[in-house]
Amino acid sequence: MKEKLVVVGNGMAGIRAVEELLKLDPQMYDITVFGNEPHGNYNRIMLSPVLAGEKTIDDIMLNDLQWYDDNGIVLQAGKAVVDIDRRARKVVADDGTVAPYDRLLLATGSLPFIIPLPGHDLPGVISFRDIKDVDTMLDASKKYKHAVVIGGGLLGLEAANGLMSQGMKVTVLHLMDTLMERQMDSIAGKMLKKSLQDKGMQVLLQASTKEIIGSDRVKGVLLEDGRELTADIVVMAVGIRPNIELAKKTHLHCERGVVVNDTMQTFDPRIYAVGECVEHRHQTYGLVAPLFEQARVCANHLAQHGIGRYEGSVTSTKLKVTGIDLFSAGNFSGDDDTEELVFQDAARGVYRKLVVKDNKVEGTVMFGDTIDSSWYFDLMRDETDISDLRDSILFGQAHLGDAGHGDDNRVALMADTVEICGCNGVSKGEIVDAISSKKLFTLEEVRAHTKASSSCGSCTGLVEALLSHTMGGDYSTAPHLKPMCGCTEHPHDDVREAIREHKLLSVHDVMQTMNWDTPDGCSKCRPALNYYLLCAWPEEYHDDYQSRFINERAHANIQKDATYSVIPRMWGGGTTPDELRAIADVADEYDVKTVHVTGGQRIALYGLKKCELPGVWKKLSDAGMVSGHAYGKALRTVKTCVGKEWCRFGTQDSTHLGVELEKMTWGSWTPHKFKMAVSGCPRNCAEATIKDLGVVCVDSGYEIHIAGNGGVKVRATDLLCNVATEAEVLEYCAAYMQLYREQAHYLERTAPWIERVGLTYVKQHVVEDEAERKSLMERFLISQKAVQVDPWTERAEGKDEHEFTVLKQVG
Amino acid sequence: MQAVNIMTNTEWIEVGTLEDIPKLGARVVSTPEGDIAVFRTADDEVFALRDACPHKGGPLSQGIVHGKRVSCPLHDWKIQLDSGKAVAPDEGCAASFPVKLEGEKLFISTVPNEGCPNK
Repeated sequence: MKEKLVVVGNGMAGIRAVEELLKLDPQMYDITVFGNEPHGNYNRIMLSPVLAGEKTIDDIMLNDLQWYDDNGIVLQAGKAVVDIDRRARKVVADDGTVAPYDRLLLATGSLPFIIPLPGHDLPGVISFRDIKDVDTMLDASKKYKHAVVIGGGLLGLEAANGLMSQGMKVTVLHLMDTLMERQMDSIAGKMLKKSLQDKGMQVLLQASTKEIIGSDRVKGVLLEDGRELTADIVVMAVGIRPNIELAKKTHLHCERGVVVNDTMQTFDPRIYAVGECVEHRHQTYGLVAPLFEQARVCANHLAQHGIGRYEGSVTSTKLKVTGIDLFSAGNFSGDDDTEELVFQDAARGVYRKLVVKDNKVEGTVMFGDTIDSSWYFDLMRDETDISDLRDSILFGQAHLGDAGHGDDNRVALMADTVEICGCNGVSKGEIVDAISSKKLFTLEEVRAHTKASSSCGSCTGLVEALLSHTMGGDYSTAPHLKPMCGCTEHPHDDVREAIREHKLLSVHDVMQTMNWDTPDGCSKCRPALNYYLLCAWPEEYHDDYQSRFINERAHANIQKDATYSVIPRMWGGGTTPDELRAIADVADEYDVKTVHVTGGQRIALYGLKKCELPGVWKKLSDAGMVSGHAYGKALRTVKTCVGKEWCRFGTQDSTHLGVELEKMTWGSWTPHKFKMAVSGCPRNCAEATIKDLGVVCVDSGYEIHIAGNGGVKVRATDLLCNVATEAEVLEYCAAYMQLYREQAHYLERTAPWIERVGLTYVKQHVVEDEAERKSLMERFLISQKAVQVDPWTERAEGKDEHEFTVLKQVG
Repeated sequence: MQAVNIMTNTEWIEVGTLEDIPKLGARVVSTPEGDIAVFRTADDEVFALRDACPHKGGPLSQGIVHGKRVSCPLHDWKIQLDSGKAVAPDEGCAASFPVKLEGEKLFISTVPNEGCPNK
């Protein structure tokens, strides 16, 4: 017989846990859900837009009654659980319904805090918590004129904004001298107050309420200082507290909330708790991302997978008021041990403050332009050392300009028709619609449904901004350490460490040892694991052919019409008449549609059928040419200028150095593509300062530059060091490449990698520590021994024949 | 070799053996009506789909096979090997074709199964 799971609370956290459980094991439990409200499960975050008339209740339903039916869940809607008999393992509802359980999940949420002022129980005095409150407010807005909101925090301001949109005259009373003082400093608070007043809201600070006036219905509010305000409706939004009455009654250990461990179990291990009612490591949470993380961990444990742990969340705040962008996170007030970086432009209404301690971001407040909030938040969560970024950090990550959308960053003010994702042609309106109508909560969900930011990723910041803008106060970004993909809990670094530590030697071993959720991974994790394994064990690992993307299996680039392109290597950008003749002959013989000169100083042949590739390679190979690896996450090209052999400005033999670099590094697999260049003088004709590694020759020797990028986000290189000889260039290059190979995440270019780990880190390993540099170089050269075999020649001679032939020709 | 199953009128065409297809891989059977991709999963199940992703016609035979799915090499749509349907939230389908194994011998039919308008 199936075990019985009873869920107390039909809100977002409880139902999310049920959904996660159904994904893992739909047959494991008979599930019963109790909910006080007579509805299915709805998105509480979206109550503000409903109040503001931007959405309807139907828009915000997450699971309608049909969903419970379809999944065999018994929904006891409108029934409040009043008692839990832990010995007999059953719950009792207010109407006498009894439900036995094997496991119980408490998701009772929170209750609004009501100040016991005289008059607090008059009709017309409400809180802002559920659909009923919203209905009351909407109803009042049709009949009455004056509203008073007590509480100038997040919820109060959203209620006030909503009532104002419904045509009411709204006054906000706030006890403190700064609005949202728990999320804002005084400067941002003042800017916020001004923006709200400009919208027509009346805001009274340091306003202490003495009494709510009225006899059969609220008539007004009397302040301590004697002022009296007319009020037809009073919304109390002074805070919430975890709803733990039921847990207390049944003697579960509670502090501010129901105390749970890292697997979301209360002190009674049969009873779990998630959501706003929970206290975990002395923290309570009211935002959606932490609740969902808790739900996932809880479901995992309920399904007896038992590998997930909740370790707390770092959260951030956004306000859902149309036209106002603000953001805060962490310790934004600072203390004696912190310093502040501040950018303020009153005329543009922009304010950014970063609170920094030991060169790490501790907190941030932003007003006006919040596009970089997700970047700052990442820096904070990842505890990134920002010493290398200090001179530019306040200008944001995008100050160099992203390809596709320039510097147009203020999502709140954008028209719905503005294109956000230039790769897939997705507009702001489409993204906002999808977030609302399809109930999306995370970046990954938006990517799956709209394709926005799923290609080059340059608009990720904008999409995250839209997500937080649409979701408002309750959105916060992904968990602390992102898992590699949907197949596993483990982030990249953990997987790499396990591969080294347990000496895992196959993709299958990794998945088994690390409890992969899927039998053989997916198109994201398999290529990554294959790379991590070959990087860790260059001499022992057998490449997993089927875990390679098609380009690396076919050793050519797949094109949109399923033909392939072929790009032979031209060492250091040099070629010969014989090579050109051979390329021309191939192009003639195979009727090549397009011959194109690439940006990396090579020649590409387009439109070849897959079955033609080995024949093409045979001809090129006979003429002495090898694969250019233009299809791989690998060393691509080394671009050069002609240098001092010809150029009157040249200071060194840049072409020769380029060829030497390419001879040393060709064939190496890297986390993402890796491009190099050598310029013969600081005029830099080879554009070395936007390459993964660039060498600029100077009279005294060579400047080595790293981590540039000319693509999606232009990033000029950082100077690693100066050296005197070609041999040193080769040594530093090998060491740097190996450090990148060993440390970066799969599909992470050098530019984002270095912004993650910091230039200082790379300098420490490659420049300052000679022994480390030598040992990195040695590891690089060892791994090169295994890979410097031309894949084209091998395949021209018959290797992997099945790849290039049809199984059968019919008819 | 061609054989007609009298009960279903399915015309089976022998296309090779199980071993001709790499595990977690695919091969192509070329027909006058277009290519058919024949997939083999980790536990040796075999499926056949029209070699064209419902999204932009990408050759599914070139994708990475995982579980009972293939990821299209062009834009990473996931297609169910058994039904040919795109995995939600994407929508669309690739026609699927009957497959059978007799011993090591592998047969397919070039007449698509019902249920997908894309032939």
